[in-house]
Amino acid sequence: MRAPLYAGIDCGSWNTKAALVDADGALLATAVVRTGADVAGASERAFAELLSRAGAARDQVGAIWSTGFGRHAIPLAGASRTELDSHARGALQYVSGPLTVIDIGGQDAKIILVDAEGRRISHKMNRKCAAGTGSFLEEMALRLDVPIGQLPALARDAKEEIELGSFCTVFTGTEVLGLIRQGKRPADLARAAYRSVVKRVLEMERVEGKVVATGGVVAHHPMVVELLTKAIGREVIVPRNPQEIGAVGVAVAAREAGAPSAEAPAGRTP
Amino acid sequence: MASPRTSEAPLASSARLKEIMAAHFVGVDRASREHTAPVAWCTSVGPVELLRALGYQVFFPENHGALLGASRVANETMGSAHALGYSPDICSYLTSDIGSYLQKRTPLSRYGMSTAPRADLLLYNTNQCREVKDWFEFYGREWNVPVVGVTSFREIGEVQRSHVDAIVRQMEDLVPTLEAVAGRKLDAARLEESVARSKECSDLWREVLATAAARPAALTFFDGTIQMGPAVILRGTVEACDFYRLLLAELQERVKGGKGALPRERFRIYWDGMPVWGKLRDLATLFAGLDTSVVASTYCNSWVFEALDPRDPLPSMARASLELFIARSEEPKQRYLERMVRQFSVDGVIFHDSRTCPNNSNARFGMPQRLRRTLGLPVLTIDGDLNDLRCFSDEQARTNIEGFVEQLEGQAPRSPAAHA
Repeated sequence: MRAPLYAGIDCGSWNTKAALVDADGALLATAVVRTGADVAGASERAFAELLSRAGAARDQVGAIWSTGFGRHAIPLAGASRTELDSHARGALQYVSGPLTVIDIGGQDAKIILVDAEGRRISHKMNRKCAAGTGSFLEEMALRLDVPIGQLPALARDAKEEIELGSFCTVFTGTEVLGLIRQGKRPADLARAAYRSVVKRVLEMERVEGKVVATGGVVAHHPMVVELLTKAIGREVIVPRNPQEIGAVGVAVAAREAGAPSAEAPAGRTP
Repeated sequence: MASPRTSEAPLASSARLKEIMAAHFVGVDRASREHTAPVAWCTSVGPVELLRALGYQVFFPENHGALLGASRVANETMGSAHALGYSPDICSYLTSDIGSYLQKRTPLSRYGMSTAPRADLLLYNTNQCREVKDWFEFYGREWNVPVVGVTSFREIGEVQRSHVDAIVRQMEDLVPTLEAVAGRKLDAARLEESVARSKECSDLWREVLATAAARPAALTFFDGTIQMGPAVILRGTVEACDFYRLLLAELQERVKGGKGALPRERFRIYWDGMPVWGKLRDLATLFAGLDTSVVASTYCNSWVFEALDPRDPLPSMARASLELFIARSEEPKQRYLERMVRQFSVDGVIFHDSRTCPNNSNARFGMPQRLRRTLGLPVLTIDGDLNDLRCFSDEQARTNIEGFVEQLEGQAPRSPAAHA
């Protein structure tokens, strides 16, 4: 590892992710902690965990940049980029453009188009609505009376294809309750919930070029990737650390910005 | 992090703006209470000239809707209209205004008014939407007064003589009712005078907006939404024209001195769709912090009436109302947007998809994608609403806009720590 190191912190709605790259851009470590209600505290914890995993010292870090919904609320960070920029940059570490990044997180879903030169050319975020996000899956797990962590295994037992017709998460919850009353199997409904996420996401924007899937939902619900692949009819690339890709991207942005700037808290003890 | 930056030097003419707006509200309110003049409500795009020629004091409820939104009183009042059966999915100007009437709660209280002034007559033009008619009919029932108007063509490709003639006939049919309520006959010379002043106001307003074509732009969309007040509610009056001459001179000085509305202008944006009234300041601060100037908009230009001609009052009024962007089909709308993008040298276009104002939301039939293709410019659509802030997410809008500016940075020579 060659100093200075560059850290990225992605403060998401559920989890705060951190990534550390060295002066050559090599990824050294990542970390994930629950965000909870204390955004600044979560970023401190994620950063401490990151240094511990990398076996690095604080004073080796030249700059810390932030991304994610809490990006402006992280005192550690000297600068920030949006998660749109960070996810595109992160994906480009693994795949060259032109590509489409499909990021599915806890509270939002994004489709980001990147051209052959690696420039972001457009993006779409989901509307002010939980459909097509991790929150939707949480709600469905609640309706099916399983912990969210067991939803993937449950969906593996699906036998019947069920289509959920509602757009809104609340209405879908009601629809699922009705289907349960009709005797539909929870496993089939779990798979239907994943299909619904994929359908909502693909309704946001046309996908072009190579397709890269990122985000916590992609990391923890592999069925989403399977269904995405089936729906678009071509390979969906899942980079290493799909959940931390935003943190990787913003760490890379910090590195690309060069030596520690006046704003970068180099040498400052967290 | 970006620190909020606003205009370097406030416009001196703003004091005059406040005076004439206040005088207008006080004047209409007095006429309504003391019956010193007939009072009419009129849609913001007219046909106000008929009313002015007949001596009406005119109140514009869409302006009241905007005031309710900007003061965020709207979010307290619209629920009362929803409970009355006016859906949260229809125009939130309408629901916040009717709620304001029901609750007797209005930002006009700063002018000593407890409600919007009661009218003797309401005059609409549906060239914008059907809601204005339904809105006015609520008050017509409440006050038992006439509700009359023009039922316009919409989605017009090229404005034809037949369109104009049909609207002229409707306007002519309005006159007996307008005369009866006013208690006087329409005088041709006064109508010509009224149209002449509207035309002058419209021309001055266009020149004001054109100062944003300079680099850096002399005013922003956010300034424009405030400065446009007289073009909406005082069009056809001497006061409006005098004000715009004052404002124009000030802005031309800015242009001459190379001064912009923002201290630094890295990027220039075109805004299509309604303002998010309750978030104007937040959005203005956000864009200013990104050194990005929103230089032009469809909205502010909607009060430019090229066709008005005092020598041909009714036909020119009819044509002006039909030529407006909002009344047109997708193809002329696209041509208009392409022209504006070129005139104002913008780097990107933002479409505001306003939940309760479909007619003023132009992102729903593929326009952003077509513009991106034909102009090769980045486009962004943000979800929101003119008044109903439940439809607007601060965080999503912020991420979308910051991400859009980052995208523009990616196309320009890179400035890595721009957000530091």
